[in-house]
Amino acid sequence: MNDSLRLPLRLIALGFVAVVVQIAAVSQITVFGVSADLSPLLVASVGLLAGSLPGAVFGFAVGLLVDLALVQTLGVTSLLFIAIGYWAGRLRELRDPSHGLVPLAAGTTAAAVSTIGYALMQFLLGVQAPVSWLLLRQIVVLILVDALLALPVYALVRRIVQGSLPEDPRRRRRRAYTTGGLSPLQRPSAR
Amino acid sequence: MYDRQVRRRRAVLALLVVVSLILLTAYFGENAGSPLHAVQRGVITVLSPVEEGASRALKPVRDLFGWFGDTLHAKQERDQLKAQRDDLLRKVSGYELAMEENARLSKLLAIDGSNDLSRYDPYTARVTIRSPNSLFQDTIQVDAGSGDGVRVGQPVIDGAGLVGRVSTVSGPTSVVTLITDQSFSVSGRVLDGKGEWGLVKPSLGDPNDLLVQQLNADAPIRLDDLVVTAGSISSRLQSLYPRGIPIGRVTKADPQELADKQQVHISPLADLRHLDFVQILIGRAGTAAGGVRAQVP
Repeated sequence: MNDSLRLPLRLIALGFVAVVVQIAAVSQITVFGVSADLSPLLVASVGLLAGSLPGAVFGFAVGLLVDLALVQTLGVTSLLFIAIGYWAGRLRELRDPSHGLVPLAAGTTAAAVSTIGYALMQFLLGVQAPVSWLLLRQIVVLILVDALLALPVYALVRRIVQGSLPEDPRRRRRRAYTTGGLSPLQRPSAR
Repeated sequence: MYDRQVRRRRAVLALLVVVSLILLTAYFGENAGSPLHAVQRGVITVLSPVEEGASRALKPVRDLFGWFGDTLHAKQERDQLKAQRDDLLRKVSGYELAMEENARLSKLLAIDGSNDLSRYDPYTARVTIRSPNSLFQDTIQVDAGSGDGVRVGQPVIDGAGLVGRVSTVSGPTSVVTLITDQSFSVSGRVLDGKGEWGLVKPSLGDPNDLLVQQLNADAPIRLDDLVVTAGSISSRLQSLYPRGIPIGRVTKADPQELADKQQVHISPLADLRHLDFVQILIGRAGTAAGGVRAQVP
């Protein structure tokens, strides 16, 4: 298979299967009164692994599919997920964080942006729902539940897209600086 | 080279945002028969077999999680049900007497069941999808569509009571707006001895609470009174809902709130968070329920 097509094809399959599983199963399981939302975690993970542009495009596509499948106002979820995918991608490109808990922080932030952003968009669109304690409680619990799932979702996404990711120029530059241009994974015989 | 990459990235980002905003604006201003809604119906038609398959395949996983939750609440629920059973047994004998009397008096006054459940064919459908954002949009998707006779506006019930109404129909699937959705309303009667009429609406911000509004300020409503659909409210405009479908029980009847806002709080009888199957009330051919009719909640 053409290398340039491998990542988009894997992302299309990942997005489709994840959205179907989300709406057919995950959204019907309630934990502490809320259902986990895997979609923003998925978009943030793709952004962290593949960069800002794939992250934004993936976020748009997943958001559109969610809006279409759940008969919601088109464009609302896409807009939020574009922001999440792009931000996660830029985090990788600019900071290149290597700490193991970065996906947890990114996933929690993505869940917060998605949940609070969705509520704000609904208010802007004129949906009658007051800012009640129940709404605030549900938002906080949903963010916490999503935070618990952030690391497993990131590990799963990394496993799926691994091998089809383009090499990051920033990472390559840093490796050149620290190892004299050679990958530390290269075997001595290959040097 | 780097500048070109940055320009390309920003251009794609701007394009995606603009497309999203165009979709949002266009969809929001459209009516239900417009192109974007038609595309949406087409997509759910295509996706419904996949979603249904996934829903069935993943049911054991859902049941496992549901089992943990149910086990935690089982003891409390058992005690509540025992108390409820004893209360109901006391009431049954009185009701049987009242039913017999009612049948005799109805015959005397020549009243017919103009809009009761016998005029509908219940069609059983499986719930395939549930909306995750219940505070803003409380809907479910079921595996019955226009091919099965389902039409927009038809009432949906389960074994316990009213669940909602059909809001979108495509070939093999339909979307049901639940009674706890902020757009829902239905005329109801409180069985408090006087049969107070009111409008049942969801309480905004709490998906487990419904309000019965527009009641008389001095209505003798008590806790645990049953609220049912009122059915027809005039001979000219028939309700979408047959009369007598249980909606909920009164959970809060504050005299001050009743005097100030003319409303009481009820809790839905249908277990809306654990729906696996529902029944869509499809009107029989040749009845008013099956044809075109004015839509009164």
